[in-house]
Formats: sequence, C-alpha cells, structure tokens
Amino acid sequence: MSKKHVVIDPITRIEGHLRIEAVIDENNVIVDAYSSSTMFRGIEEILKGRDPRDAGLLTMRICGVCTGTHYQRSIEAVEHAFKLTIPKNARLVRNLMQGGLYIHDHIVHFYHLHALDFVDIVDALKADPQKAVDEATKWANVANGEQPWNASVSAYKQVQERVTKYVKQGRLGIFGNAYWGSKGYKLTPEQNLVALSHYLDALELQRELAKMLAIFGGKNPHPQSLVVGGVTCVQDIKNPARIAQFKTILKKGRKFTKQAYLPDVYMAGTMYADEALAGIGGGLGNFMSFGDFKLDDTPFYEAANLFPSGIVKNKDLSKVFEVDQTKISEDVTHAWYEGTTNLHPYEGETVPKYTGFGKKENGIAYLDTKNKYSWIKSPLYNDERMEVGPLARMVVGFAKGDKRIQKYVGTFLKNGNLPAKVLFSTIGRTAARAIETELMADEMMNWVDELAANAASGDLSTWTEFNFEEVSGDVKGYGMAEAPRGGLGHWVKVKNGKIVNYQAVVPSTWNAAPRDYKGRMGAYEAALIGTPVVNPDEPLEIIRTIHSFDPCIACAVHIVDTKGKEISVYKVNPVGGSRA
Amino acid sequence: MAADSQEMVKKIFTQKSARIDTNRGEEYYNSLFKKMKGRLKELRASEKLKDVDMMDIIESDGVNRRDFMKWVSGTTATLMLPAMFAPLVAEATELMNRVPVIWIELQDCAGNSEALLRSHAPTVDELLFEVLSLEFNETIMAASGHQAEAQLEDAVHHFKGKYLLFVEGSIPVANNGTYGTIGASGETFVDHLARLSKDAAAIVAVGTCATFGGVAAASPNPTGAVGVMDLVKGKPVVNIPACPANPANMVGVVLHYVLTGQIPELDSLLRPKFAFGYRIHDNCERRAHFDAGEFVEEWGDEGAKNNFCLYKVGCKGPMTFNNCSIIRYNEGTNWPVGVGRGCIGCSEPDFWDKYAYESPMADANIKAPTGGVEKTVDEFGLGLLSAAAVGIGIHAVASAVGGKKSDEGDK
Repeated sequence: MSKKHVVIDPITRIEGHLRIEAVIDENNVIVDAYSSSTMFRGIEEILKGRDPRDAGLLTMRICGVCTGTHYQRSIEAVEHAFKLTIPKNARLVRNLMQGGLYIHDHIVHFYHLHALDFVDIVDALKADPQKAVDEATKWANVANGEQPWNASVSAYKQVQERVTKYVKQGRLGIFGNAYWGSKGYKLTPEQNLVALSHYLDALELQRELAKMLAIFGGKNPHPQSLVVGGVTCVQDIKNPARIAQFKTILKKGRKFTKQAYLPDVYMAGTMYADEALAGIGGGLGNFMSFGDFKLDDTPFYEAANLFPSGIVKNKDLSKVFEVDQTKISEDVTHAWYEGTTNLHPYEGETVPKYTGFGKKENGIAYLDTKNKYSWIKSPLYNDERMEVGPLARMVVGFAKGDKRIQKYVGTFLKNGNLPAKVLFSTIGRTAARAIETELMADEMMNWVDELAANAASGDLSTWTEFNFEEVSGDVKGYGMAEAPRGGLGHWVKVKNGKIVNYQAVVPSTWNAAPRDYKGRMGAYEAALIGTPVVNPDEPLEIIRTIHSFDPCIACAVHIVDTKGKEISVYKVNPVGGSRA
Repeated sequence: MAADSQEMVKKIFTQKSARIDTNRGEEYYNSLFKKMKGRLKELRASEKLKDVDMMDIIESDGVNRRDFMKWVSGTTATLMLPAMFAPLVAEATELMNRVPVIWIELQDCAGNSEALLRSHAPTVDELLFEVLSLEFNETIMAASGHQAEAQLEDAVHHFKGKYLLFVEGSIPVANNGTYGTIGASGETFVDHLARLSKDAAAIVAVGTCATFGGVAAASPNPTGAVGVMDLVKGKPVVNIPACPANPANMVGVVLHYVLTGQIPELDSLLRPKFAFGYRIHDNCERRAHFDAGEFVEEWGDEGAKNNFCLYKVGCKGPMTFNNCSIIRYNEGTNWPVGVGRGCIGCSEPDFWDKYAYESPMADANIKAPTGGVEKTVDEFGLGLLSAAAVGIGIHAVASAVGGKKSDEGDK
C-alpha cells in the first residue's frame, strides 16, 4: 500500500493562482498538504516613492474580487498616519460600500465559487419539481420561517428544460469535465435542483448587487470615490433618489439572503452534518479578527465596531485575547524570499528568491516542500498561526459576548438544532459567511436611513481638510480592519510626502500561507489534514475545504521593500503644490 | 438604469454634435450591411455549438423582449453603426455562440472576469449558458486541477484555429518568466500564452494589464510585466484596456467578430475605434464647467457640491480615450467623473505612472476648448495637444507631488 501525492493546479473558482498538493494514504484520507501561490507582482515595491494619497487606487488593484477593500484599508493607513478623522457622511458611505461588497461577495462566493462542490447540476435534471418546491419550503422554514425564493413547479421545470438542453448539446463549456456523478455529492436530486435554480438567480442578482458599489463608487469592480480625508461622491449623497436606489437593491440582496442563501446553507450543511460534527476541515482552531465597520465618529481605533476585534485560541470560546498589532510578524522560511527573520510589517525587508520546483516526474513538477515553495509568506501573531475570515469574526464576536453576533449565530444554531462545535469545520466556515451576510444586510438598512437623514439635515460635509506638507513629513500609520475574507492590514511609512515603506498583510496571506520556521502548517494546509476523499483522482473534497476559505490569492502575494536598494530616480511630472 | 445608459448612447449618436462625427455615408453602410448579412448566413450554416432561445425572446412579448431590443439598439450604437443594423446585431447575438471563447488569467486580479459578470442584456445567465460559448474561465468553471487542464486541452483541440483567446492579466518576463506558473507541469505564463495563442483565430487582451502591462508594469516593474501585444506576433490582437475593461466593449468585440468575421478597426494601440475613438473629455457631463472655467479646487468644496470640472483635482479625461463617459458602468449606474473623483486614465498605457494622481500634469498643455470635431488618438495625437496650451490658473511647477517615473517615450 502506498500513499498518493496529488497535485491540483490550477485550483479554479477562486481569485488568483493557487496550487494545492496533498498526500493521501491507503485509506483515502489526507495526511499531508501544501498550499502554494504561483504568481507574484510586487505591488509594494511599486508603491515606494509615490504620493501616499495615490496608494489607495493602486493597492485596490491587488484584487478585483474583494474590490474596494484594499482601497479603503490603504486610505485609512494614510489617514491614521496623518491623524485625520473623516466626516460622518464619509464614514457612512464607506460602510455602505464595504457592506455592499460583503453582500455581493459572499453571495457570489457561495453560489458561483463554492456551490458546485456540493451541488451536482446534472443530477438536478432527475428531480421532481413539486418535491423540489417542498424541499425549498422546508429549508426556508428552518432558516427563518420565510417564503422560499422563486420556488414554483414552473420555475423549476424551466430550469430543468434549460439545463437539459445545455447538457444534451454535449459541450458543457465551463461546466465541462467536472465531478458530476461523484459519490462526494450528497444532495438529493430535488436539493440539487433548488440550489441550481438559485445559482442562476444569483447570477442575475449579483449584477444588481454590484450597483451598490457603483452608486457611491462610480463603478464595480474598482470603485473610485475614496480619497484621503473622506469621499468625493457628494452628488450621490445629496440625491435622495440615489439613496433610495441603493436601498431597493439592498432589500433585494437581503431578501435573497433570507429566502435562498441561508436556507441553502442549512440544506447543504445538513447533508454534510456528519462531517461537520466530526470537525472535517476544522484546521488550526486559532481565530483572529481585527474588527471593522465603525459605528461612531471617534478617531482611529477608538470607535465601537460592528465586528469586534479579538483572538480565540484552540477553539476555546471561554477566553478572548485582545489584538496588538505590534505582535504581527512575517516569516519567509518556506516562501520564495531571502532571509529568515520574523519582522513586523513596518520593518519588513525581503528580497524575492525563486528556487523553483523540486522533482519532476511524468510531466508533473512537484513543490520543493522541504525548502521554499510559495510566493505567500507566513504571517504570525505572537509566534502563532491564525485563521481569519467570516468564521473568525463570528467566533470572536460570539465568544466576546457581542449582542448582535450572539443573536445571529445563536439563532442559526438553534433553528438547525446544532451544537456550537459544528462551526469548527468546512461547513461551519461556509455557514458563518451566510450568517454574517444576513447580519450585514439587516444592519445596512439602518445605515442607509442614517445617511439619508444626515444629508437631509443639511450636512453635506464629505472631506476633512488637511495641509499635506505639514502632515506628511515623517509619519507612519496602519489601516487594520476586516475584508470579506478576513483581517486585512496595510502599514505605511511616509517621509517628506513620499511612501518609504509599505506592506499589506492580507486575509489570504494568513490562511493560504505555507509552513513557518517551526514547520507549523498554514490554515489551508491544516484544514485539509484528516479529510477523507472519495476518489483521489478527483479533488472534490479538497477544493470544497479550500473554497470554504474563499481564497483570494492575488491578494496574498506581495513583497515588502528591498532595504537599501536604490529605487530608480523618477522624473516628476505633475503640477505640484497647487492643492496643498 | 439600463435604459438610462442606452438613452445616453442614443442621444449621443442622434444629436447634431459638434464633437462626434461617425457618419460614413450611405454607400459605405449599404455595402457593410450586405457584407454582414452574407457573413451571418454563412455562420448560420456552420456547426452550432449551442441552441439559443434568443429568437424566442425576440419573437416573444413582454419585458424580456423590450429589454433585449433596447440592448440591441444601444449595442448597435456602441459599435458605431446606424439604426438600420439593429436587426443584424440581434441576429448576431443569436449566432455569437458560433465563436468559442477561451479565457485565461495570468498576472491578474480577476477584475475583468468580474466585470464580464456585470454584463447586462443578454443577462449574465443567458450570456454564460446560451449566448457565449465560453469554454474555459478559471474564475467560474467547475473543474479544477488535471480536469481543468484537460478541459482546456480539449477546447483548444476541438476549436483549433477558430477560438477567440481572451487574456486577462500581464505576463512577467523577468527571471525567465518564473514569477508566474500554471498547471501541474509548472508552465510559465510566457509559455502558456504562446501555446494557447498559436491555435487561436485572434487574441483579445482584456483590461489594462493584458494590454499594456498595467499595475504590475508600473515603475519599477519588479517582475518585468508586459502586455500580450509585446509577446504575441503573427496573430491578430485586439486590446480592450481600462481597469477593468467595460463589459459592453468585451461583448462588442465578440459581436463585431460575429458580424464581420474580422476584428474591428483599431487605433495604433490596437484598441477598437468603436470604443476608444472618443476622448473622455469631449463627451463629459461636466465639460461645460471646464469651458466656463469652473473647477473643483479641493475635495468636498462648493465646486464639488455643484458638479464643477475635476481637472484641477487630477481628472485625466483630456488625455484618455474610452467610451465610459458615454456608456458608463454597471448598466449606466455611474462612472468615476459622476462620483466626483475624475478619470485616472486607466485605458492608456503606463497610466499608473503618468496619470493616476490627484493633480494635473505639469506639461499637459490642454487644448483650448474650441468645440471642433474630435478625432481618435492617432489623428489627434496627445503630443499635438500642446498646440494651444491654455493657462487655467495653475502653476506648472514640477515639484514632488504625486506620480512618478518619467514619461519618456511619450510624445
């Protein structure tokens, strides 16, 4: 009996370029796993020497999926360095844009990036549409007693006809050569049909939801209305029709979340409940949240947050530790960079050092896992590995006694008659994202009204004035908050109006990282250990667990500055000083 | 909102405009019409990849039909064609699936894949399931790993010489291309692109990274990132820049290919003229304020509250060629000038180093607002903008604010 070493490259339905290698034993259980990013751009190197006010737009291009989130973190890092507090309108607009992103991103993640790990679309063609209506009604009832989304015999029949035609044509395009028929799919034909129907509905819905960012941001992906000191979209804040349009779209997303997303998570989760209860995909068990969504207008890191910050270790909900940003460092022992020391982001000094793959056999190149094997570094908090993301936010908030989070997580567990430990699994990670979406959609309804009321009261202030020359002499700051995928930090050092050092430590850096200097696994790697796979030649269970993290790999890869390296001299072209 | 953008397109193309002159005369259009009709007939006789219900929609009543016909008329205008072409565009939409698309991602952020998912009418699900024959796209495809690679091989083999290769993301060439690898064999992006473009009918570089290198190529370009046209030779290349590219222009290029069997007319930067034949500045909703000398001087000031021109806070609309001032984004919901930020020149080469900062260029030499007929970048030439530099109240001091890298190579 021998172990099998499988290579999965590319991992699809994610953002970016990710490779997973897993060692599967004779009982078809994963006993070892390696996570590697195979693409690198060097964004932070590019930021050096630029005006800190321009960093936001550039760092946003780290990622087009969680679009806008790096933009805001970068702008906040500079605002923190400049000691600026933005006006109320700006805070509310940023919260609404970021909240709109969460709702869009989480729904797209569940249906279009993750669902096909649970849902066999070919099997859905066998379903009885009437029974599917009953199924949808049942799960909507479990979730919150709402009506099920777009559930009717005729709607389901239409979906079946459409997909039948598609399948009969022989060429399945983006649905081709997948794992249809695998025993790893546990949903009934009717459940598959319900989820497939929502997959199609969500494709349309996400196009609408993206407009929430476009209303206040100009476009999606890559909105453009945030500036250091506030926002620029005063016209859109002034216009009640704009705000009303935002609310109409938000309501649609909220309704879909309650009538389709949450019920479908219950439905899928129940079919995989045994795995969830066994803790499959649980991983590290250490969870960290930086906290986010400011609820008042106090200066940086004093405001009350919708998501509280904190750390839970070893799945122990009885204790929460405070986050201290000085305890963050990055290790490069197994990443393609020079050096081995663990440095704080302000002091990071790393040079790319690509050492390539290890052995090559039968046309497959394997990672050199004993040495360096990824473009992602290994971040540590107080010399410990951490998982970040919606599950971390829910776990930390729950353990900390946050009233809102306790209510939403508590209701989820109670309605499904589930113990809390079910959260520490692949299914739990996916469920936490859905719970958070509902919470966010409910809260945002209040924020929209708050913005409308504030604008109606005559407050049209959108920007805090500052004297750039005075505040940008020799300062540093950080923007630490939450992206849809977890804790995101940008650290910036500014001297004489220019960026001298910049570093982003992003959610997927924490989660997708390789081993560290002590040989400890990253979150993806740890989560795969112990997972049984039905067929080692088909990576269905592996991608299911990896997708539960919602990987964003372009985000995870970056380099810090190259200390002492002469950056080329730039001819400066813009008109200077005119606005200072 | 969709109606909003279509109305805007229509307005632009039907009004007696001093700035846009797209009419090429009856004779030209009649011959083009005939040519396209022949092409569609030929295509209809060719092997179908999918059954489409588009004709059902066209023949049906109600909302779907209305939405679809509206989209058709907007798209016809976007392609710079007179209204008589609308029935051909509708037919071409039905035949779009005769043209298979393989979409690869290299040094990217998936922003353009996401943008494609914001496409409207044909709706996104119609686009994916029926209209577009999308054979491979990593962001949404079901299969991973070996199965994904096999799917790609199968599509390349099956559609040899026929597929459009959409490329998203730049290509890092430094360090022997090792800054980007894909697949179990660890193939570099450079080799991957070369292999897949060999059998393509044409290559469409989508987004500013794939066209001009984009953000990865911003100074000092640590990975030696370049665009598709720097590497692929001997094949037609169409560039659809912008960060991200407007999905209307992606669909437009495919439709044009369906209608003519050829890639659209391009400017010297290989951009389709139907989309990049306009300067943002010339069709800007705030243009009147530029002409009147009314500017936003500082974020959130009285000018900002009154929709004044954003030139002084860094809008690069005068240097940028794209149709976003006309069709805007997310079904016409808004655009960067609309939200009071201004254009950062994202469809132009090297825009991160040349344009994306909060102040005007020192040597921009913006042409005086004369109102004459504007031309494409080639006829117009950004270098020629210097003809009549207007002082608009800013001291052109080359000091240390914003931007970096020289503009060497720029005219």
